Amino acid sequence: MIEVRDLKKSFASHCVLNGVNFQINRGEAVVIIGSSGGGKSVLLKHLIALLQPDSGDVFIEGQNITKMNERQLIDVRRKFGMLFQSAALFDSMTVEENVGFMLRREGKCTDKEISDAVAEVLDMVELDGTQDKKPAELSGGMRKRVGLARAVIYKPEILLYDEPTTGLDPIVSDSIDQLIAKVVQQLKVTSIAVTHDMRSAKRISQRILMLHEGKIYADMSTEQIFQSQDPVIYRFVNGIADVKHIVL
Amino acid sequence: MTTIAREFVQQWLVGLGRGTLLVWETVCSIFSRKPTWRDVLHQMYFIGVKSQSVVLITGAFTGMVLCAQTYFQFHKVKMDTATLAVVAVAMGSELGPVLTSLMVAGRVGAAVTAELGTMKVTEQIDALRTLAAHPIDYLVVPRFLAMFLVMPLLTAESICIGITAAYLIGVYLLGIDPTYIWYNMLRYAGATDMLTGIIKAFVFGAIIIIVSCDKGLNCPQGAEGVGQATTESVVYASISILISNFFLTMLLNRILGS
Repeated sequence: MIEVRDLKKSFASHCVLNGVNFQINRGEAVVIIGSSGGGKSVLLKHLIALLQPDSGDVFIEGQNITKMNERQLIDVRRKFGMLFQSAALFDSMTVEENVGFMLRREGKCTDKEISDAVAEVLDMVELDGTQDKKPAELSGGMRKRVGLARAVIYKPEILLYDEPTTGLDPIVSDSIDQLIAKVVQQLKVTSIAVTHDMRSAKRISQRILMLHEGKIYADMSTEQIFQSQDPVIYRFVNGIADVKHIVL
Repeated sequence: MTTIAREFVQQWLVGLGRGTLLVWETVCSIFSRKPTWRDVLHQMYFIGVKSQSVVLITGAFTGMVLCAQTYFQFHKVKMDTATLAVVAVAMGSELGPVLTSLMVAGRVGAAVTAELGTMKVTEQIDALRTLAAHPIDYLVVPRFLAMFLVMPLLTAESICIGITAAYLIGVYLLGIDPTYIWYNMLRYAGATDMLTGIIKAFVFGAIIIIVSCDKGLNCPQGAEGVGQATTESVVYASISILISNFFLTMLLNRILGS
């Protein structure tokens, strides 16, 4: 289980997270929505301790990860897989080396076993046969798929997705969404995605958290969010700009 | 003016503190975890083999110009045959290690900072961390070990090439007697001079890699940030080499008594 308690984070004088609280149970598929620059990615990075909060706590299976050093976090991070907004593939490595990176680092598998595992996950993301390509040779959608394959190869318990469909066309976005749903279903993992793409949020979540002005403004099921008449939620879900914020 | 000076000192102290912690973590990692020798070998190739042209040209032309200048002065007082002795001492204890290190700082230090800086801004270092790999173990340790092993070899190579080039220029271009020039070199240039150069090379290598890794891992965001970090890396490493060279010369002179 993941629990976030009164999390606060500022960059210089700009307060990004101002007392965030929520819990996510094992096996849940949760999406965090919110406006661009509203702190969604910052919140996601706190869940895997890529950022340290100014105050507040993050508990993963009862362990407070905000109090751990980088070495102690290595064991905690084995439970996680993360798909970055830019995929963050290692550009000096081939697809096979990227996807098999963690298995190779662990040193517990033979080259043949790693190669088979890589082929299996690449097949799952429908990219089998691209093992020898470099990230620079792949399209944006393919890079995200490789990033996803890299995140799931070691069968993590929790998967984090940072804007999985941003910058992709609607058809590729749909295929990524289907892939995420497939991974959640097949691997039975806890899934937490950050997005402002409401179509995507609807397809990959059971529950939605809305981050607004540094706090969790809404914590509802996906259906409830889409039916909500709350003006802030309604405007965000339906993509309606606040008249006060329109400058001609 | 006071504010600028205060900021400069503050930044310098922060950098020094960060560098010290990086050295500590790197040394701890080397002794507590098994380094990946495949990565070390790859870095040795990048630092050593790919620096050959730079090191050879630097060593050879420094030796040649030093030989010519020394000869021009010594010739006035009929001390031509002492030329190679001066070149050997200067190349062995000062010019060899310092110039080789400055060239390596420019070539390897800049490349390391640019590579790590780009990894930082494209979230590849964060990706490493999510894959349960410590950036120090994976990125810094192989480079540190490779530099530690390669830098003395590059320096020795530069010294040898410099002396050889000086010998050839002295004998075949300036017409100095080959027997006496060789005899005087062996008489006045000792193993201590070479040892001084090799010890300095270890220290300069460590400075280059720590400064360049620190700048890369703490690179500001964006293309401008990478450019700024790369420039700072070369400048700080070069200045650190020149300053530490003075103190090392004094210290090693006292210890080795050259």
